Amino acid sequence: MIFFQGYMKYWREDYSSILAYMYEHMIISLTVIALSITFSIPLAVYLTKIKSDLIKTITFNIANIFQTIPTIALLALVIPLFGIGFVPAVVALFLYSLLPLLRNTYAGMNSIDPGIIEAAKGMGYGTIQRLFKIELPVALPYIMSGIRVTSVYIISWTTLAALIGAGGLGDLVLAGIGYNDSMMIFTGTFLAIIIAISLDLVINKIEKIFSYS
Amino acid sequence: MIELKGVGKVYEDGFQALNNIDLAFENGKINVLIGPSGCGKTTTMKLLNRLVDYTDGEILLDGRNLKEIDPIELRRQMGYVIQNIGLFPHMTIYNNVAAVPKLLKWPKEKIKKSVMELLQLVNLDPDTYMNRFPSELSGGQQQRIGVIRALAADSSIILMDEPFSALDPISREQLQDELISLQSEINKTIIFVTHDMDEALKIADQIILMKNGHIIQKDSPNNIIANPADEFVKDFIGKKRLTPKQKLPSLDNFISKSFVSIQSDSSTAEAIKQMTAYKLTNIPVVTQDDMYLGSINLYGALDNQEETIENLVESDTYTIESTTETVEVINELNSINTTIPVVDGNGKLVGTLDPYQLLYEWRVTSEYECGEQ
Ligand SMILES: Nc1ncnc2c1ncn2[C@@H]1O[C@H](COP(=O)(O)OP(=O)(O)O)[C@@H](O)[C@H]1O
Ligand SMILES: [Mg+2]
Repeated sequence: MIFFQGYMKYWREDYSSILAYMYEHMIISLTVIALSITFSIPLAVYLTKIKSDLIKTITFNIANIFQTIPTIALLALVIPLFGIGFVPAVVALFLYSLLPLLRNTYAGMNSIDPGIIEAAKGMGYGTIQRLFKIELPVALPYIMSGIRVTSVYIISWTTLAALIGAGGLGDLVLAGIGYNDSMMIFTGTFLAIIIAISLDLVINKIEKIFSYS
Repeated sequence: MIELKGVGKVYEDGFQALNNIDLAFENGKINVLIGPSGCGKTTTMKLLNRLVDYTDGEILLDGRNLKEIDPIELRRQMGYVIQNIGLFPHMTIYNNVAAVPKLLKWPKEKIKKSVMELLQLVNLDPDTYMNRFPSELSGGQQQRIGVIRALAADSSIILMDEPFSALDPISREQLQDELISLQSEINKTIIFVTHDMDEALKIADQIILMKNGHIIQKDSPNNIIANPADEFVKDFIGKKRLTPKQKLPSLDNFISKSFVSIQSDSSTAEAIKQMTAYKLTNIPVVTQDDMYLGSINLYGALDNQEETIENLVESDTYTIESTTETVEVINELNSINTTIPVVDGNGKLVGTLDPYQLLYEWRVTSEYECGEQ
């Protein structure tokens, strides 16, 4: 009870800075998610359209390499290029998020029954029409699940962005570690989880709207 | 009309899939391309909507060179049905059928009318089915949608590549029947690919038999069977269809000549004795010169042992003339379960016939026919 009262007091005194951290966290995450979607999905679609296996292998290997570098190391590596703060954090997390979305979209596009594509061609859909009216909608469940998984990862990784001065809930956790203040650590972690779960729910809803089976 | 003149196709890898194809698809007819796997049926079909471009010769569509027509426009003018159905899983049945009319930017009302009519044409209730997704339909229903989707834009040419081959035999037969009755209403130019000769013979106006990228024979189903061009055609049609139906042995083979009969001036007691001795329920009665008079029934005779044979004989019994075709006899047999007297043209008793033996023989013969293939 005493702990609970203390915790309420902490929120009353610090809520504006807590919400500011949360806001920062969401901005970084959403920026990365948006960038990742606008870059990875078209890239994956492009990869399904080209014949050259070499380009595919190279692209996936690069994405794979980014993924295998430990998050902290990647954050450190972008400092010489972009300094510290928001931009390098977004760049590092973006590189990190490439693979899951790329892989899901690529798999989704490749999973389309060739009969569907052939029917669409034979019925007189042009290339672009076919892509937007048939292929992407058919692959959408895969793509959406890729987006969902990636988003949840990104929100969790964003906690580390505080290490290169980008702010976010990671700041709260780091400060908590510094002051040995478990309330701060708990709050930072808890809010990150809340954001992740909420986003997961929202995307799930969108997924439901677009799913067809 | 679609005409192929000296058409050839060499694929990018150098493989010559088609060689010097001369062919005309007449308007309003069902043209069936048939041949073993890999002979070039699909390639020939895809030349028509330019999913594959030919490398030799020319194709004329109503006199116009096919290569002058924009492929996208061309495809929207031709219905296309494929083996794996290829319905769009994210679209309702309504939107699937409406796909090409929408591409052609038909007015909404016109599209709706067309979709409703087509669903009814294949006996799928529009209210029940139009808002369903393809995954909610059976295989046969899905392919019905596949077929009417190809008809939706009211194109005069429909291409169908093994449309029914993935279906179970019952659905396949049904869809073939529906296609035939549909065609009598819509009169499209249908190009139909199959590797199933039964299907071809059933639906085709013209059969085009192919092998290794060549046309071996093109003709009506009847003419192909009557005059197969060579051994390959004969093999492909199959012996079973070429030999006339196996005939049943002549009735003679079934007539028992060592029959028992009784003369009309014998005593009734003698008749009863004969019947019990030979385990018969009936015995034919003849005159002295073997003319058939009728039969006596065992139970009738036992009940009236004092009567003479002449009074007991039933003359309106069923008899068979010895020259009757065996098949006809079998068709008559359904209700008769006793031994049947056989008479010649003059009414002379020449033997008896055991219906069970005849039916048995008939079954053995027909099983042999079916099993032969
Ligand atoms: N894109 C392609 N490239 C090279 N060869 C092909 C291609 N498509 C089909 N073929 C070959 O052409 C021949 C005819 O194919 P196809 O028309 O599909 O036969 P089918 O009569 O079974 O429909 C086959 O030997 C096939 O391997
Ligand atoms: Mg084929």
